[in-house]
Amino acid sequence: MGSEDVYITGIDMIKFGKFPDRSIASLGAESTLGAMDDAGVTINDIEALYSGNLMMAAGMVGQQIQQEIGQTGIPVVNCSNACATGATALREGFIAIKAGIYDTIVAVGVEKMAGAGMLGGGGGSKGIHPEGLLGSGSMPCVFAEAGMAHSKDYGTTFEQFAQIAVKNHHHSTLNPKARYQIETPLDEVMGAEMISYPNTKLMCSANVDGSAAAVLMSEKEMKRRGLEGQAVKIRASVLTTDPWTDRDEVMPDVNTCTRNAAKQAYEMAGVGPEDLDLVELHDCFATAEVLHYENLGLCADGEAGKLIDERSTWIGGKIPVNLSGGLLSKGHPIGATGIANQYELAMHLRGKAGKRQVEGARIGLAHVIGLGTCCGIHILEGPSA
Amino acid sequence: MADQPLPIMPFLKVPEAGDPYLEGFQCTSCQAISLKTRMACGKCGGRDTLKPHKLNNTGKLHAFSIIYRAFPGIDVPFISAIADLDGGGTIKTNLVGLEPDPEKITLGMDIEVDFQIAPRKDAEGNEYMTYVIKPAA
Repeated sequence: MGSEDVYITGIDMIKFGKFPDRSIASLGAESTLGAMDDAGVTINDIEALYSGNLMMAAGMVGQQIQQEIGQTGIPVVNCSNACATGATALREGFIAIKAGIYDTIVAVGVEKMAGAGMLGGGGGSKGIHPEGLLGSGSMPCVFAEAGMAHSKDYGTTFEQFAQIAVKNHHHSTLNPKARYQIETPLDEVMGAEMISYPNTKLMCSANVDGSAAAVLMSEKEMKRRGLEGQAVKIRASVLTTDPWTDRDEVMPDVNTCTRNAAKQAYEMAGVGPEDLDLVELHDCFATAEVLHYENLGLCADGEAGKLIDERSTWIGGKIPVNLSGGLLSKGHPIGATGIANQYELAMHLRGKAGKRQVEGARIGLAHVIGLGTCCGIHILEGPSA
Repeated sequence: MADQPLPIMPFLKVPEAGDPYLEGFQCTSCQAISLKTRMACGKCGGRDTLKPHKLNNTGKLHAFSIIYRAFPGIDVPFISAIADLDGGGTIKTNLVGLEPDPEKITLGMDIEVDFQIAPRKDAEGNEYMTYVIKPAA
């Protein structure tokens, strides 16, 4: 590995919501300008732009953002990796700085998907579509099945899965940038419209529009600019793909790629799960969060139910998870999520998380999964100054 | 229009005589079983090692979900299920012959594969054979 560290010196996200009248470029530009302002840089200081967007992956979104904020002719890479898109864009910037090619880059993730409806279940045009005949390929179903496999091994209940949604909706009432800020008690979560058992509507991530961006700098540049007071060190930046496992062909294995990424991330960062002060993980559906407690080593295999019952992952708990409200309640604009979750960590690490603040937060972990399948994990450390 | 129903997936074989069956591939180098053909083994990368491998019709239920909100034109509720087949291979399909009630479905239960004509045809009017799982007799 290179000798110098890479830092996030500026980071921003827009409040997630529905913006039918705004272009994707303007949404992306808004958080890009916010991140640059936060870092005290202008477009003339940026050496490369990494844009993460899934649904318009062929649409040159990065270039459109440049047109909004200053066409300096710098390299743009348009990244897509399903729901790990944002983390992938940020990591591309990280590795370029680590390689010594740039000192200052910006990574932005942006998506417009309010009203997108249920995802998944797509297929070819020949023959007949297997959706509804060979099970369902919809995202709520795929992640429900993953949760039920956990139930098979450990007896996890519908109520325990639902508690995840109660928690994350509660957390978002403390987050002014979340799409929703509404308490949802347990009976409301369990009684909401059932989409794909055990996932009810309130246990599914919110389709919203949004963007988030981060300015990354080399250690040398960060110091030259005197940004130690706000610089968040990237202790680990990892990306994995699903390796072969027996059921992976029909049941996407989000567990093994996460475990592999977590192992690499903890090694790279030189920390263990016990050192984490907070976690932002991929709660695309309430059933998914449960799996990742174990996949990330927050507890031993089979102990996720206990973590839920003991409220260990609530604000004020032993290991707070998804204080932002998570994908369930903050929202999940696909390309933005992998940077928005790092924004949440950065706020706590800088002591700026307001009512959600974890006291003395020093180390955080951000995790995303892209179905198809990949996993991105970043471990961040707060400013030393 | 074909005389025989067409298979919903290439790994479903519909012979002229005899029952339909599922046939995937097994790698002669690492023994991994897959349903779909690949250019090299997905597990070990073995080249020219994938040989056709008939799958068994019995197995166990590994996971399920009950769909209540589906894409247009699909009747709900239905049970989407993942089953491990005896002797290797995992399939995903509808679980039938049971009420779509989580209390009535036991994870790990014995299942059997069954073959039936699909309720939809393609744009040219061709009939299709599909496979489901049901509780073992």
